[in-house]
Amino acid sequence: MLTNTTSEQGNTLPPAIDLRKINKSFGPVHANKDVDLVVAKGTIHGIIGENGAGKSTLMSILYGFYEADSGEILVNGKLSSIKSSKEAINAGIGMVHQHFMLIENFTVLENVMLGAELNGFLKESKLSARQELTRLSDEFGLAVDPDAITGELAVGLQQRVEILKALYRGAEILILDEPTGVLTPQEVKQLFDILNALRARGVSVMLITHKLQEILAITDEVTVMRAGTMVASRETAKTNKEELAELMVGRKVLLQVDKEAAQPKNVLLQANNLTLKDGSGVTRLDDVSLQVHAGEIVGIAGVSGNGQTELLDVLSGIMPVQQGSIDLNGTTIDKRNVLNAKDFRHLSLGHVAEDRHRQGMVTSFSARECAIMGFQDEPEFNGKILMDNAAVTKHCEALMEEFDVRPANPHLKAANFSGGNQQKLCIAREIERKPEVLLVGQPTRGVDIGAIEFIHQQIVQLRDAGSAVLVVSVELEEVMSLCDRIIVMFEGRIVGEMPASEADAQTLGLLMGNAGSDKDDNGQVNAKGES
Amino acid sequence: MSNKTLPAWIDIGVIPLINVCLAFIVSGFVILLIGENPIEAVQYIITGAFGYGEGVGYTLYYTTNFIFTGLAVSVAFHAGLFNIGGEGQAYIGGLGVGLMCMSLDSFMPWWALLPFAIAAGAAFGAAWAFIPAYLQAYRGSHIVITTIMFNFIASALMVYLLVNILIEPGNMAPQTRSIVESATLPSMQELFAALGMDIENSPLNISLFLALACCVLVWLLMWHTRLGYAIRMIGFNENAAVYSGINTKRVIVITMCISGGMSAMVGINEVMGAQERVLLDFVAGAGFTGIAVSLMGRNHPVGIVIASLLFGALYQGGAELSFEISTITRDLVVVIQGLVILFCGALSLMLKPTIEKLFVKLMSSNKPKENANV
Repeated sequence: MLTNTTSEQGNTLPPAIDLRKINKSFGPVHANKDVDLVVAKGTIHGIIGENGAGKSTLMSILYGFYEADSGEILVNGKLSSIKSSKEAINAGIGMVHQHFMLIENFTVLENVMLGAELNGFLKESKLSARQELTRLSDEFGLAVDPDAITGELAVGLQQRVEILKALYRGAEILILDEPTGVLTPQEVKQLFDILNALRARGVSVMLITHKLQEILAITDEVTVMRAGTMVASRETAKTNKEELAELMVGRKVLLQVDKEAAQPKNVLLQANNLTLKDGSGVTRLDDVSLQVHAGEIVGIAGVSGNGQTELLDVLSGIMPVQQGSIDLNGTTIDKRNVLNAKDFRHLSLGHVAEDRHRQGMVTSFSARECAIMGFQDEPEFNGKILMDNAAVTKHCEALMEEFDVRPANPHLKAANFSGGNQQKLCIAREIERKPEVLLVGQPTRGVDIGAIEFIHQQIVQLRDAGSAVLVVSVELEEVMSLCDRIIVMFEGRIVGEMPASEADAQTLGLLMGNAGSDKDDNGQVNAKGES
Repeated sequence: MSNKTLPAWIDIGVIPLINVCLAFIVSGFVILLIGENPIEAVQYIITGAFGYGEGVGYTLYYTTNFIFTGLAVSVAFHAGLFNIGGEGQAYIGGLGVGLMCMSLDSFMPWWALLPFAIAAGAAFGAAWAFIPAYLQAYRGSHIVITTIMFNFIASALMVYLLVNILIEPGNMAPQTRSIVESATLPSMQELFAALGMDIENSPLNISLFLALACCVLVWLLMWHTRLGYAIRMIGFNENAAVYSGINTKRVIVITMCISGGMSAMVGINEVMGAQERVLLDFVAGAGFTGIAVSLMGRNHPVGIVIASLLFGALYQGGAELSFEISTITRDLVVVIQGLVILFCGALSLMLKPTIEKLFVKLMSSNKPKENANV
């Protein structure tokens, strides 16, 4: 599967990046198998693939985090050995990580020059860095105030700082790893404007993402990875979403959620004026009231870090109610009636945690132990003193069978399952008891396309069986296609609500960014919580 | 990308073994530097620890203490708590054992007294662990700091009690009166004599069986009860425990109390068994060695038994070594023990990547086909 440079320039100029037969194994896991990749100069090259397809490994090799077991790296036609990120930077490669590598209480200027100072004296360095920063800002349209405190900037601006950092170090090849995960649609558009400007000035961009739409919107060429190999390379203009999805998964997939119109009935979950302050007194939830009816899926849209996590925590009993109350299935939970997560489950609430590595499962546990989390005290898993381990194993086997978790080995450590299978196991655990209220945080985060379809089906089935479902997702597309009603959160408040049928990305995006005035509004927005 | 690709027998078998060997090799160089013959030294250690009946008795007697403290550290470790306070908990626990024995020893024989002594020791040890546990769970002070401080408090308290209050009248040494002979634990020599076998005398007593029983109990607790499930979940991922509706604060306090109670069983071996009285510093560092034992034994009862035996042998064989070769002092034995702790504890993961690579190479040359579960 050799990839050909389709761009015109490729024949005259050496390609910016030419990877030949890259191999990398982690123990028995062959993360990259004979990977060839050619990125032409001055183009935007998309790399897509499911989680675990080997995209990040490949980029880490290119950026010097890992060393390839075998294979060659040619940068601008020159054979290079890149053993550290310092060597990658010297070769003109810059990387913008999914989780920003910024020091939040430094100014933009300090962040940009950190590690690239002229000499031991800061004053000179600052002066020249400031000049260079102004030049770069002008040239690429990357306006950022050099003296702003980085942590107080909106996420989109922090990302610009990351890009500036790379350019300041002389990057001619820029790698962006899942750059849009934390951005509003408006910020994505601004990012794409920047990328276009970079391309126009000869910078080569490698964009790693699992979002097909973005690939189609911005790239010149796209390469698909699956299970560690390059399966295809296409000119973006000559391909489409369906083909790329099929290449990624290896089979045809349904991109739209197939469901009937909702038949909402009585209210099963109701939040009344929930307000929550965190340990440092910052308001995380601000007077949130909402209702979820039996037989409907309500989606909460918003840029991550705007109170969705806290809302789920309060609604599931992980955090106690501070102000306001919750009506769950006829029981009122408030400051006086404090219940924990187990008590909430007894009120027929299922909760698929937003971040399965942080809350929803214990990666060091075996699958069978993960499959009883929250139900560990149920009589069916316990004898008089000892736990009934046989029953626990059997229960896990049944879940794995029913929800097609692979490999179907209850004794395998949870960490050794793929993201999709981990999520299936978590969802299986929560859905299996047919809860009347189901909370789902990020139903498909880090889940491959094939499993997404399955998970969406399960959620819709539960709805059709008469449960009330509340979904929190940062994937706008998912919220729009899966949910019946959409609520938008911004800085802990509900700022909009509409039926899914009337929602479009533009309107939601504006609401998510609080009508686009997100820039200097508040420094609280940050990118934590992504995994 | 998980790097846990090694089979369990390499991870918990081969790697610790190599680490121990490395520690011995480095120790060998140290002995060479002093101008003695390391081979000879090893011979003295081995014969000292296992070569004759009394030596074996002493080795197992030390082993008993280390099993108790190793288990104690491991229980707390499963909940992600680093209990450095085993020394103090064992000390105070021993006080409980001693007080109970001295109040009841004239009324009942040892077998009737034993449950009371265990209960009293466990209660005292648990109480000593409770305060740091409470402070950790509900007040946020760090358990490492508080348990270390409680070791000092225990030490000072015991000196005060033994010098001023519990001291046997007319005796110059700060120690209590002896426990009545019939109320002390039978030594192994007595036990074997009852079975018609003759073994040499040593401080080894039947609390070794108690230690082995505790191993089984800890294994059952950790992997077969709800409490163990909760403890391990808190250790791995406290958020997940809250998500599962576990009262993490309560479990943390309970875990530490179990840990403290387990440390206190050193008191059964020492106070009710070997010394037959409470005396100054009878714990003699067993609480700290328990940390190394637990680390080396991977917090699993089986590993802890093996590691305890190794450290027991080092204690006994080391004592013999310093006795036989005059240039090798007691301090050098401490150096050797320190090296074992260094290699097995602190550097336990040093060789892992290398062995991993070697293993993968071996495996892939055996069967070139691999199953990539990317």
